[in-house]
Amino acid sequence: MRKLLQRDSTTNKIIIPAQLTIVFIFLVIFTLSSVFVGGFLTYNNIFNLVRQTSINGVVAIGMTFVIITAGIDLSVGAVVGLSSVITSLMLVRTNNIPLSIAVGILAGTMVGLINALAIFEGNVPAFIATLGTQISTRGLVMLITRARLIAGLPERFTHFAQKTILGIPSLAIVWFLVAALGGFITRFTLFGRNIYAIGSNREASRLSGVNLRKNIYGVYIFAAFLSAIAGILLTSRMANGIPTAGAGFEQDAITAAVIGGASFYGGEGTIWGTMLGAMIMQTLRNSGTLLGIESFVLDILVGALLIIAVMLDQLKKKQE
Amino acid sequence: MTDAFLDLQGISKSFPGVQALDDVDFDLRKGEVHGLVGENGAGKSTLIKIIMGIYKNDRGKLFLEGEEIDIQRPSDAIDIGFRAIYQDVNLCRHLTVAENLLLGKLPRKGRIVNWKAIYKRAQDIIDDLSLNIDVHAQVRTLSVAQQEMVCIAKSVYEEAKIIIFDEPTALLTEDETERLFNIIRDLKEREISVIYISHRLEEIFEICDRTTILRDGKKVCTVDTDQLTEDEMISLMVGRTFEDLYIADHVSNRQDEVVLEVNDLSKKGKYKDISFKLHKGEILGISGLVGAGRSDIMKALFGAEKFDKGSISIHGKDVVISSPMAGIKNGLAYLPEDRRHEGLALGLTVSANLNMTSFQLNHKFGLVDGSNEKTITDTFIEKLDIKTPSPQQQIAKLSGGNQQKVVIGKWLAIDSDILIFDEPTIGVDVGTKREIYKLLYDLTAQGKSLIVISSYLPEVIGVSDRVMVIHEGKNMGFLDREELSEVALLRMASGLATAEEIRAQTNTGVTT
Repeated sequence: MRKLLQRDSTTNKIIIPAQLTIVFIFLVIFTLSSVFVGGFLTYNNIFNLVRQTSINGVVAIGMTFVIITAGIDLSVGAVVGLSSVITSLMLVRTNNIPLSIAVGILAGTMVGLINALAIFEGNVPAFIATLGTQISTRGLVMLITRARLIAGLPERFTHFAQKTILGIPSLAIVWFLVAALGGFITRFTLFGRNIYAIGSNREASRLSGVNLRKNIYGVYIFAAFLSAIAGILLTSRMANGIPTAGAGFEQDAITAAVIGGASFYGGEGTIWGTMLGAMIMQTLRNSGTLLGIESFVLDILVGALLIIAVMLDQLKKKQE
Repeated sequence: MTDAFLDLQGISKSFPGVQALDDVDFDLRKGEVHGLVGENGAGKSTLIKIIMGIYKNDRGKLFLEGEEIDIQRPSDAIDIGFRAIYQDVNLCRHLTVAENLLLGKLPRKGRIVNWKAIYKRAQDIIDDLSLNIDVHAQVRTLSVAQQEMVCIAKSVYEEAKIIIFDEPTALLTEDETERLFNIIRDLKEREISVIYISHRLEEIFEICDRTTILRDGKKVCTVDTDQLTEDEMISLMVGRTFEDLYIADHVSNRQDEVVLEVNDLSKKGKYKDISFKLHKGEILGISGLVGAGRSDIMKALFGAEKFDKGSISIHGKDVVISSPMAGIKNGLAYLPEDRRHEGLALGLTVSANLNMTSFQLNHKFGLVDGSNEKTITDTFIEKLDIKTPSPQQQIAKLSGGNQQKVVIGKWLAIDSDILIFDEPTIGVDVGTKREIYKLLYDLTAQGKSLIVISSYLPEVIGVSDRVMVIHEGKNMGFLDREELSEVALLRMASGLATAEEIRAQTNTGVTT
């Protein structure tokens, strides 16, 4: 989906593509922060900024897939928690890192399967289905951990999040790899093309021979899979299995995707747009913190930014 | 003109490429039921949309009781006392009958809604028309007929002067239709004027005092309904001119080989025992009134809807088609009637839409073949002469004709054998129509077999080798090309005659 070109107009007027607006906003915020916020443009701070963005960035990429089909997944944060504690429990018991990670990912991905079953077979609206699995999954996490931290994870595992490769934080590398995978899927695979078609017009897609079941299952399972990976990254970074891990992640993921140009009406959204959306949000928070602004105030700003971004997009569509 | 209550003089309205109404006079008397008939595209709905303020007429004047009135917007028409009852009833489905009746002016005690008064007044309204509807019921629990009654009661309560019925019986049973007619007679006694639009001529004859016949946006005549027979009315409705849209020397490419055979296809409440054969290179036209079940049958055949019983064989082999993909793999293609909702992903590009079906078939391990995508896009933009600034143009920005070409291209891209076109020229300009007709012939010359559903009689007569007529889910028979006439098709579509009866009458020299 070459969204940049898709915005071509029949008139000669130059219309700034929505995606470019995001680049512009990001550059403005980044430049302002660099100039006016002391300590922003330092290696350590940028390093931190990217690392902070990475874990939620992974979740947001999965969310983008779901939103492109005109769906929503509120269970991603709970899946982060589930994979965190399952992986931690396995690590403590077996000390086998690959096995523990695999089991953690499998457990998280199962939630995606349940979402898809409820949504596609049970005709439950995605909002309700994933709200339900969010509540239940978090309940399950609390039940198996008795709401207590799981400590004593092997050093080799917790060390990963601190590592850098060629000066780039390892977490960021995972984020970039996942983004590359996501970009590849949306551009070059049948699945990627079909989710845009389904999001844009479900019935036309069905009548064109698109297999709705396969693709709807695909996006919810993929979103859960990526959330489970994020859960493992978070566990490594926190050096503990945390039952409340990922709480509220669905908010940030949705916000990043929407600021990045994904439409709740479906058929629109890009991976790199979502990445920029996540970066914009994190840059605001980061420079705000450096300026000594309370995080609650920053939340107010991020919320307003989300609404304004969508308002501007709607206004532009109306003009067209 | 002194007895006219509502008087329309010289009304004209054009849309890009179409003169929808051309200098039409129309007068409605007080307390009269006035029928409005004509084929699809004759201008009936444009006329009522002008009365209801949905469209503004280009020329002409409207008078109410001799005074000129100016209707700029729907609320103007409502304020004057015009009401329209459409088949897709406009009520708040989750509210009660009583709330719907009094919406906007719920009785209150101070600032608090007075529920007792609401139900009491609603009951009075319902009783006034002797309806048997529970005012406490939620509207969504009512039948369509009852919902229409609620709309009528609301109109009467709001002291409507004119009520327009647009195909009110399309979804009603016979009993319900009779009940509706009794209410319309009641309206007459209350001196309310009624405009009644229906494709079902028997209803026009039962209920309408006078009838106005439109054809091609022009008024043919207004007559006292009992002065005409149904057949006379049909012959006044037809006989449109048509700008030489069809290729004059239609050459049939029909071969003997049967490519598709459908036996006793049935679905409860929709259609029953539909059987037909399609030959190689043939264009089989499907005619019938809207809602007769034509699209349902074809969607079932393609795998997009379920059916109860019946069998389908393609190239002599029995096939089970349970999904559109199964239909596609069996060589079928289906171009839906509703381009915007069923045909196109409007938010996506021309290229994405052209390749939507081909992607499903031409992928390697789930990877899209980019060069094939480009080939298909370029080939069909050129071949179908799709006017677009770029293959990456969002398709919503193209004209209707070009959008339709993209839908057609989507199916040509996978080289289907049997193509079902559901209203292929709806909402496209004259030039594109001609191109589409030419394309249909070209396809049959290549050995493709076509089914063309069309409500536009000249079209179905112009392009078909043979026509099957559906009336209320039943097959009324087949007419060959040389037997086709608008009168014959209309009579069959109205259930007045079967194909055999048409033939018998023609042979004994009875003219209709």
